[in-house]
Amino acid sequence: MTAVPESAKPTSFLLDGRAVDALPGETILQAARRHGVDIPHLCYKDGLRPDGNCRACVVEVKGERPLAPSCCRIPQEGMEVATTSERARHSQKMVLELLLSDVVETTYTLGSELETWARALEIDTPRFAPRRQPEPDASHPAIAVNLDACIQCTRCQRACREEQVNDVIGYALRGSQAKIIFDVDDPMGSSSCVGCGECVQACPTGALMPAKEAGLIEPDKTVDSVCPYCGVGCLLTYHVKDNTILQVTGRDGPSNHGRLCVKGRYGFDYITHPHRLTRPLIRKSGIPKSTEITIDPADPSDVFREASWEEALDFAAGGLKKIRDEKGGQALAGFGSAKGSNEEAYLFQKLVRTGFGTNNVDHCTRLCHASSVVALLEGIGSGAVSNQVADVAEAECIIVIGSNASENHPVAATFMKNAAKAGKTLVVMDPRRTELARHASYYLQFKPDTDVALLNAMMHTIIEEGLVHQEFIEQRTAGFDLIKQNVAGFSPEEMEPVCGIAAETIREVARRYATASGSMIFWGMGVSQHIHGTDNARCLIALALMTGQIGRPGTGLHPLRGQNNVQGASDAGLIPMMFPEYQRVDNEEVRQRFEALWGVSLDPQAGLTVVEIMDAILDDRLHGMYIMGENPAMSDPNLHHARQALAKLDHLVVQDLFLTETAAFADVILPASALPEKTGTFTNTDRRVQLARKALDPPGQARQDLDIIQEMARRLGLDWQYHDTAAVYEEMRQAISALGGISWSRLESQDSVTYPCWTEDDPGRPVVFQKDFPTSDGIARFVPARLIHADELPDAEFPFVLITGRQLEHWHTGAMTRRASVLNAIEPQPVINVHPEDLTALDGAEGDLLTIASRRGEITAYARVDAGLQRNEIFIPFCYQEAAANLLTNEALDPYGKIPEFKYCAVRVSVNRTAEA
Amino acid sequence: MAENVLLRHEDVPDIHKLDVYLAHDGYAAARQALTTLKPEEVTAQVKESNLRGRGGAGFPAGVKWGFLPKDSDKPVYLCCNADESEPGTFKDRAIIEKNTHILLEGILITCYAINAHTAYIYIRGEFAYGAKCLEQALAEAYGQGLFGKDIFGSGFDLEVYVHRGAGAYICGEETGLIESLEGKRAYPRIKPPFPAVYGLFGCPTIVNNVETLACVPSIIKNGPDWFRSIGPESGPGPKIYGVSGHVEKPGMFELPMGMPLREVIYDYAGGIKDGKQLKAVMPAGSSFPVLTPDEIDVHMDFDSMRAIGAFLGTAGIIVMDEDTCMVRALEIVDRFYHHESCGQCSPCREGTGWLHKLLVRLEEGNGKAEDIDLIDRICTNMMGNTVCVLADAAAMPTQSYLTKFRDEFVAHVTEGGCPLKKAAVQPEAA
Repeated sequence: MTAVPESAKPTSFLLDGRAVDALPGETILQAARRHGVDIPHLCYKDGLRPDGNCRACVVEVKGERPLAPSCCRIPQEGMEVATTSERARHSQKMVLELLLSDVVETTYTLGSELETWARALEIDTPRFAPRRQPEPDASHPAIAVNLDACIQCTRCQRACREEQVNDVIGYALRGSQAKIIFDVDDPMGSSSCVGCGECVQACPTGALMPAKEAGLIEPDKTVDSVCPYCGVGCLLTYHVKDNTILQVTGRDGPSNHGRLCVKGRYGFDYITHPHRLTRPLIRKSGIPKSTEITIDPADPSDVFREASWEEALDFAAGGLKKIRDEKGGQALAGFGSAKGSNEEAYLFQKLVRTGFGTNNVDHCTRLCHASSVVALLEGIGSGAVSNQVADVAEAECIIVIGSNASENHPVAATFMKNAAKAGKTLVVMDPRRTELARHASYYLQFKPDTDVALLNAMMHTIIEEGLVHQEFIEQRTAGFDLIKQNVAGFSPEEMEPVCGIAAETIREVARRYATASGSMIFWGMGVSQHIHGTDNARCLIALALMTGQIGRPGTGLHPLRGQNNVQGASDAGLIPMMFPEYQRVDNEEVRQRFEALWGVSLDPQAGLTVVEIMDAILDDRLHGMYIMGENPAMSDPNLHHARQALAKLDHLVVQDLFLTETAAFADVILPASALPEKTGTFTNTDRRVQLARKALDPPGQARQDLDIIQEMARRLGLDWQYHDTAAVYEEMRQAISALGGISWSRLESQDSVTYPCWTEDDPGRPVVFQKDFPTSDGIARFVPARLIHADELPDAEFPFVLITGRQLEHWHTGAMTRRASVLNAIEPQPVINVHPEDLTALDGAEGDLLTIASRRGEITAYARVDAGLQRNEIFIPFCYQEAAANLLTNEALDPYGKIPEFKYCAVRVSVNRTAEA
Repeated sequence: MAENVLLRHEDVPDIHKLDVYLAHDGYAAARQALTTLKPEEVTAQVKESNLRGRGGAGFPAGVKWGFLPKDSDKPVYLCCNADESEPGTFKDRAIIEKNTHILLEGILITCYAINAHTAYIYIRGEFAYGAKCLEQALAEAYGQGLFGKDIFGSGFDLEVYVHRGAGAYICGEETGLIESLEGKRAYPRIKPPFPAVYGLFGCPTIVNNVETLACVPSIIKNGPDWFRSIGPESGPGPKIYGVSGHVEKPGMFELPMGMPLREVIYDYAGGIKDGKQLKAVMPAGSSFPVLTPDEIDVHMDFDSMRAIGAFLGTAGIIVMDEDTCMVRALEIVDRFYHHESCGQCSPCREGTGWLHKLLVRLEEGNGKAEDIDLIDRICTNMMGNTVCVLADAAAMPTQSYLTKFRDEFVAHVTEGGCPLKKAAVQPEAA
């Protein structure tokens, strides 16, 4: 009468008279399938908790009266199981017949599992009349709901509630009235559904399908690739017909296990948007560059004329060459992109360093985790994550600070939510309460700008209460005394009024973090995008070091990477002060090594960073740029400043998919390729190097980015001969030792390999720093952080704090997602999130136009109530060009990471009455 | 039997009030257990008494308690199943409303025996009055220190909570009850693991019926031998028989286990109403096979009933006279299960619906000859093929009706409707 114990050894049992074995934990259904016996099943799906409700998989177990659901039953030694006995077969068939009788004959999918099994078991036309079924629901832009094909197997519900933990799908009513509902029986489109589509992927009968009958078209081919959006790095499959993506399905990748989010699953048709650039464009002569962007991306013919590739490339490279030859390489700069592949990043930085002759090459990492990386390199010698997201399953305590993971790393967030559901302590710290807080044991809504106060108070508690890991501190770290002195004045009681968190709560969380068998810290831009971003990260590192919560599974530090390849682009050397693999350009020995590899002499001076490059342009020190896939005219702080700089350039080459806000300042625009149009490797937040495969040909004359970089290189006098992506990768592998064991052919067969990986048979190191840290002496360093304030504090004139960030549906500056039909349908207009009481105090209502002004600019957008904010906080997503949040933000920099303070500036808010009229 | 135990209010007015209950030896058994016996001694006495579960399954209560893991560091819970929803069953309600403290005392002793410090009384939502009775009685008892901290100075603590259900038969299934108590839909769980190992909030849990728990004080007070002397050895004790339907004196009768069904119907319930003939009896609520008049000499205890292919169930006896249409009767039974199927397992969700639809068709005279076999086949495929036994509870009576009254079902097909109805209508037409 007790639960069947999972034995560690295989169990042997008789399956239809044949002796077979079941692996530990394997059910009868799984074991049978492994031995070639397919038992009918509908409510069972790999990866979902077996529920045993459909009863199509029942088998007869000798000596038991009831039939057993084989999907839930673990075989016992010697058990005799009959899968096709008369009684079992009869029951299986009756279930299929009853279910078949309920569903309509209309086909919503090419692969109904119910029909497949009914055919296999030779079920005739059912003897039963159908039950009354709900009406079709076409309210969601991405998902067609046809519950007349529903068999109540609840796979969608488990996918929604247990896998993705979105808790939208429910099961209402009972008996034969039972039905799937969204929220409280709302249409799906007006429910709280986040459109991840996990339910669609789970549905066996087509009751939930991609909209517009995309699932009814037979694809020409399927191509296994990687998601083009965030750093989680979900593996996916493109279903392609006639050079068009029909649909996207999640693949069992190590970071996603089949899961995707709304962007990855439904945000793919930007690549066929009419705005897509298909021919090179050259700026018409005499058209001035203005900071007011007025170009219509649909028809830029007032400003640009079409050109042949030859002409465009000659013009693009020629302009840069002229500046280089006349004013020197330091007058040039390049922005690479964290959206491009490792190979593109590598070649781009090589082009700038060897072709331009400067280290002025940077990319958006400067705007996201530059401060984290500085702190990590200084403290523990490596900027990459110490542990992978998957480690949440092994942790006991998980802190997520300054990260809206549910929207920005949605699939990673699902694993955090799974962990919380499994009873782990999830601590969410953020001035803005986001969805993840709903699942947290502790939610600490501290005052913006007070991270250091909160974190130092935690350290104070850990030291005061004797919870430090003395042995770890002594053997593996240096500088603990500095921290001890530093946090002495940061008792939780003293910090309570500063950060707004009750002292006892700070103490409880500190104790929990310090004493758990494994504690992880995840963080995002909320930590890094401050002028004290480096200090914030230093505190997190110190917390992990003083408690020894690093170097083991289920512990560690994980700055969640934003872009799909920000880790890889940084590894590949798109950083002004570092060659590939973080080798400092000012190190003589390093430089000689790269000079040998690349066969040219290299600039020994560190280059300029993103914001510094803009300053240099305005200072007349820099005159030409090559920008590949970045959009500083939207993403930089204080856009007027950035746009003035871009407008001032003598020569700007932009390589992109669309005529972005940055491209509006270009002298020449080179039409490039989207991720599904190329092959390349991308390194996710977990240090997994993953292979994307080309699924489509680029449209019109658009070309592969690697080709374009090489054409530019040739015209700048470099003799490059890379025949394919693999050749670039293999050269890069010589420059990055941690990729030593990850050959191109290995990636082709394995799709995803974690670095560091030293040899071909090395599985890769998911957990690093187990024995030592990659510092010069192997020892980690504590670096104390003092409490400093944001550069611009609210005052009577600008009383609100502006926090910028992202939305689930939109990616960064919106260049891709605002052109993805589904995503733009869900979030079509710029919004300003405001606390309901603030809105009332302003005499405004949700949907009113609000004008937000800072000392630098002013925008107008629609008010959205957000009770997750604190009073006097405003949140604005920065993806809307018509209300660009970065017109307002402050370009003040963190002194170490040179990262701008996107997360804090002072603004004033008013209801815009004139626009309403 | 000399004196009622379970229906003691029939002997002692106002026994539901604490002062009256205390004046009649109330909570003496609990005091005795908590202050003089070890928990395992209490369990041993209950085991020795052979008290079998009164919710319908007849599982020995002491043995069930013994399944609790010995080495668990998790809290143990007691759930009192007061979700009395079985058709024709109203025994627990009487105890709850009229003899409230005997239930509370049973809960106290049981919790002591199983080392539970929290008990939940899960009462069906419709029993609003019963819930009020429990709340009042609990308030009185808490006031006297009979619940709460350090009861009788024994150091034993117990908190009891009354939780009202929201109206579903499935909440009476023990794992459905647990899910519902956890705030979820009452979907029965796949077993094993059983609640004793993995119950409420994943902790070891005992679920006992009201009547079962109400028997416990008398076992402690009078000893297991006394209990075993009442009725058959294999399943002894006092028992409430509830009789409804076509009898002269419907109601509840506390009698020893193992009373002949005939005696209950004719001697206690006054026989068939208006001097008519008996046609059929559902002796165990609606979830078990129906009996014909030639089967009613059976003794009403767990084993005797099983011997003739029937069950004791809740001993809610539904009596039907000669004018009853068995197709219509079964249609009502299966309408109930169709309505109450939770919708989790497809054979039950779909099957109960189909049984009901086919019976409506037969009853209305639109049935086909093959429908009768189809009903039978659906039943065969429902039984033993679902997470809980609700499917069996629908299928078992259905198959017994078909077997024992097949002619009537056939007549509904051949005559295009109910022959009894036609017979009743004809004289008026004439």
